[in-house]
Amino acid sequence: MSSLTSSSGHYRRRKLVDRLMTGLSYASVLVAIVPLAALLIYVIIRGAGAWSPEFFTGLPQLFGGGGGVANGIVGTLILVGMASVMSIPFGVMAGIYLAEYGDNALGGFIRFVADTMTGIPSIVAGVFIYGLLVLNMGGYNALAGAVSLTILMVPVITRSTEGVIRLVPGSIREAALALGVPRWKTTLRVVVPAAVSGIVTGVLLSIARVAGETAPLLFTAFSSNYFNFQPFQGAMPSLPVLIYNAARSPTEAVREVGWGAAFLLVVMILALNLTARLVFRGRVPGG
Amino acid sequence: MKRFFKLFRRGNVGDAIFQLVALLCGLSLLVIMFGIIFELWINTSLSRQKFGFGFLWSTAFDINGGKIGALTFIYGTAISSVIAILLAGFVGVGIAGFLVEIAPRRLNRVVGFVVELLAAIPSIVYGFWGLIALAPWLGTYVVPPLQAVFGWTPLFAGSYIGSSVFTASIVLAIMILPTVASISRDVIQAVPDTQREGMIALGATRWEMFSRAVVPYARNGIVGALVLGLGRAAGETMAVTLIMGNNAQIFTSLFQQGATMSSVIASSFGEASDLFLSSLLEIGLILFAITFAINVGARLLVLVFANEPRGGVRA
Repeated sequence: MSSLTSSSGHYRRRKLVDRLMTGLSYASVLVAIVPLAALLIYVIIRGAGAWSPEFFTGLPQLFGGGGGVANGIVGTLILVGMASVMSIPFGVMAGIYLAEYGDNALGGFIRFVADTMTGIPSIVAGVFIYGLLVLNMGGYNALAGAVSLTILMVPVITRSTEGVIRLVPGSIREAALALGVPRWKTTLRVVVPAAVSGIVTGVLLSIARVAGETAPLLFTAFSSNYFNFQPFQGAMPSLPVLIYNAARSPTEAVREVGWGAAFLLVVMILALNLTARLVFRGRVPGG
Repeated sequence: MKRFFKLFRRGNVGDAIFQLVALLCGLSLLVIMFGIIFELWINTSLSRQKFGFGFLWSTAFDINGGKIGALTFIYGTAISSVIAILLAGFVGVGIAGFLVEIAPRRLNRVVGFVVELLAAIPSIVYGFWGLIALAPWLGTYVVPPLQAVFGWTPLFAGSYIGSSVFTASIVLAIMILPTVASISRDVIQAVPDTQREGMIALGATRWEMFSRAVVPYARNGIVGALVLGLGRAAGETMAVTLIMGNNAQIFTSLFQQGATMSSVIASSFGEASDLFLSSLLEIGLILFAITFAINVGARLLVLVFANEPRGGVRA
């Protein structure tokens, strides 16, 4: 009898611990959701308030109210466009190499380097390109900014491309080879089309990732309060760096435009993410 | 190389060219990696010759006097990212446990999706929000009770200012939380259900099942997730640059200002030249080495135990 009561007391204690831990796990979800929701709501409210026709057509003002980030929108599109043109061929081909020919020591090493490169701080890419391109080309320019973004994009595209190509069943490959199609044609005309939605998703996710990067642009593309349409000459403004400048401004009206730009950037990046997930319903490996 | 010639001799010119192009693209990754190391090494010759290895443990920061050390910034990076991973680690693993063990499957998928979207928000936006919105809020609602209880410890001494190590660490924790939570969730989800069923069949409660059958099984994967989160926090630049105050000092209280390796580069690179520029590049090289080691460590940790029945890591 006594052993029974003591064991039920023991059980009550175990159950209490279980309840406590369950409660803590609910609490951790709450603790995580509150700041993230607060951030989103704050950016939406402050940002939407700053949106006006002038915001989308005007130039940043150093003091006083008004102005917009039209040059930043154009600059971000130019930078991300140039970076995509450079990184997509390299990244996709490197991914094809890893998936189709990479089951050896060299492939393993490249895979390892690509994985560690995704964890390298983005500012290191900026510092590297500063020494390589800015010093040698005589000043800040859009190409340098785009190359530093390329360094961040290539490993991401490589790993996601490799992942989705590996998902293509071997039987499709064998069927094409059995028909006498050369291997390169099999890869380009049979395997890649079968995996294309996943590849596009990986590319879109990598674009979404670098579109908001600030650190690598600070000393490569730099910033400017005017339009710049020249890809190889002169400082190139971009949304993230304009936000950085606005955040450090003591003028409330300038920060207001910064909130508008932050909201615009978040909308652009979330839209890219959503599109990417609609293109490919499954989960991109490594993406 | 021999294989290419063999392909050529057999008349498979297309195959040889295609494989060569693919190989070159793969090698471009190695070129970039070693290019970064090589270039930073060359450009830091000025400061390496002047300071030698003493650069690593010197706290001097006298730009005009030509005395610069990296320890202040290594210290700032280490403290802020360790605090961030302590905060985000418990919460992140808690979320992962909730999603896998408690939440219905649909909720798991929805929350997983939202978490991945949140991970995509640029760090500059986190920094802007942390500086303007979070810092005053912390000053009003979180700091007074903290000081009332822990004010006697040196850690929370002094009066709170918005741009401080405290605010920066909390923003870092919020930023790396999605990473930690989503990787740990994958790892915990990969634990086979037989582990759980066995423990439940023995009469264990859910917590006992989770803590004794699931977590030990997924231990390496969870540690890998935490280490990757640490690496992300250590390399994070813009939010810290905006919030931490960029004050090159060895802080003793979290309410003081500080500087990290990445923030000192971002904030003073523009006006730096000669020896100072070279020192900043060397700080960049050290940051590269540290984050590289963290990433390699996280992956080796998973690789070494890959043969054992434990969780893997996706990142």
